[in-house]
Amino acid sequence: MNNTVKNAIGREIPLFIEGIGKLKAFQGAYNNMPEGLKHGTKLTRAFKGGEKCLWDLKDSLKKCGIKDGMTLSFHHHFRNGDFLVNQVIDEVAKMGIKDITIFASSLQGVHKPLIEHIKNGVVTGIETSGIRGELGEAITKDHILKKPVIIRSHGGRPRAIAAGDSKIDIAFLAAPAADRYGNVNGVEGPTACGSMGYAMADAEYAEKVVVVTDYLVDYPATPVSIPQTLVDYVVKVEKIGDPTGIVSGATRITKNPLELMIAEEASKAVIASGLVKEGFSFQAGTGGPSLAVAHFLRKKMVQDGIKGSFAAGGTTGYLVDMLNEGLFKTLLDVQCFDLKAVESIKTNPNHVEMSADFYANPHNKGCVANQLDIMILSATEIDVDFNVNVITGSNGVIMGASGGHSDTAAGAKLSIVVAPLLRGRLPIIVDEVTTVITPGETIDAVVTERGVAVNPARKELEDQFRAAGLNVMSIEELKAMAEKLTGKPERINTSGEIVGLVEYRDGTIIDVIRRVVE
Amino acid sequence: MENKGIGQAGSLESNDLIVTVNLMVGEELDIELESTVKEKFGKQILRVVKETLEEQEITKGHIKIVDKGALDFAVRARVKTAVKRAQGRDI
Repeated sequence: MNNTVKNAIGREIPLFIEGIGKLKAFQGAYNNMPEGLKHGTKLTRAFKGGEKCLWDLKDSLKKCGIKDGMTLSFHHHFRNGDFLVNQVIDEVAKMGIKDITIFASSLQGVHKPLIEHIKNGVVTGIETSGIRGELGEAITKDHILKKPVIIRSHGGRPRAIAAGDSKIDIAFLAAPAADRYGNVNGVEGPTACGSMGYAMADAEYAEKVVVVTDYLVDYPATPVSIPQTLVDYVVKVEKIGDPTGIVSGATRITKNPLELMIAEEASKAVIASGLVKEGFSFQAGTGGPSLAVAHFLRKKMVQDGIKGSFAAGGTTGYLVDMLNEGLFKTLLDVQCFDLKAVESIKTNPNHVEMSADFYANPHNKGCVANQLDIMILSATEIDVDFNVNVITGSNGVIMGASGGHSDTAAGAKLSIVVAPLLRGRLPIIVDEVTTVITPGETIDAVVTERGVAVNPARKELEDQFRAAGLNVMSIEELKAMAEKLTGKPERINTSGEIVGLVEYRDGTIIDVIRRVVE
Repeated sequence: MENKGIGQAGSLESNDLIVTVNLMVGEELDIELESTVKEKFGKQILRVVKETLEEQEITKGHIKIVDKGALDFAVRARVKTAVKRAQGRDI
């Protein structure tokens, strides 16, 4: 704790954490140079007659040589309908195993039972994009987890796997459909979730890979998302998930007039930038006003006869409609948010599944995020340096997810944050965000219902916005406007204990999350 | 109107609050605050509530605030109305 350093955005970062090791402080979005080789797994062999099907999860854990201190990985395509994390960890606990690290692509409210497993020492580490619900609260307020949770972006996760920063001992793949030899796809069965993008790096780099399904199909399960060549065992269970929890609620265009107003303003800003032209690419994050920007761009595209190249990220029925209307040539999809997207990825060859590595990893030879023209992002808070928080609430508690926020902001030609000036009484533009997920140098502008602020490093953008008649002001002015209504917010009380580390997509530490005290 | 000593105003909608005052109890002011933004605005809400009570010349009683992120003007208005209702005054 004594040995800390200020990183490139002025956050105090420890150089070493017990149980995690040496840390490297954030040096700027494009400055960290990776070194070394990709992580390798042991060579194996398989001949005719081999059987991969096992009776139950316990059997698979035994066969994989489960022991204290191992890292188990999971993916979150089932979102709040996931049963697998809880099923596996319950089994691990029953076997008397301790000191497990859960390496998940994200955790949801449904994973609340982990709190007991953490208190009992079964789980001592968590690495994830986000945590929602009571688990996040228990970690931030009660400091239940032995090691700080490591928060990674969707691109940072496959980077960490390939670099061997996190070595997965056993990857558990929740498979909507699988055959007995381990081929997996996400488009069939009662829990069809579409893209399996987040699970792919796990399958490739884990020492052991266990496919768990409730829908066993005849060999071969095609299309193949995860191939048999990577899979050690297949377990058939009663149920791997709840389909109603898989469908996310946030996939319709908002009806909230304030959010629509922000989205319309943002679409004007995007058009003013000159990037909406033949062959452009686009992505929007989840959350109220973000997706609605697509709705306004669609009008412009139809009106002017503009066809885009691709839309990327998590996909929804709305983007599927745009694909089907010919407004985009391709959808590049890492996770499907609704059943319309699932159906589309199953049937439309222009709706393409992509891995998280392909989507957003900064340390491969080129990810999709680098090809993005326009990225629309949401924010829990944004500060006067344009740093964005999407992981902790204004009360300091972990409640959100890093997702692809920092990846797409760094990759896109234009990244715009859309947010209301206030949420309830909380001003969204603040002096200093509670936790930094995305550094301000990668954010170009913020659009609110009361005005638009442009990053001072993007002077030409400011000129374009002014020329288009947008209500441009400084971010300090926007902040002052909010504080005039709300008053100046107090600082949250935190103790010195570090409960979370926020890793930037390149593996450096951009911020820490401290324990919240009353 | 009759002086009941107890009055309530407000709602639990977002950006509003419910104020319940009981002027018949206690020797001094006892203000209880629940708020969705307590960490960030707890002190300011209490200050506004106290100021408003002072203006209404209320020096004792139990005041319960359940706040859902109301701005200061709403806090003032709800406190005033709750007090008037408790005093049985026309509003």
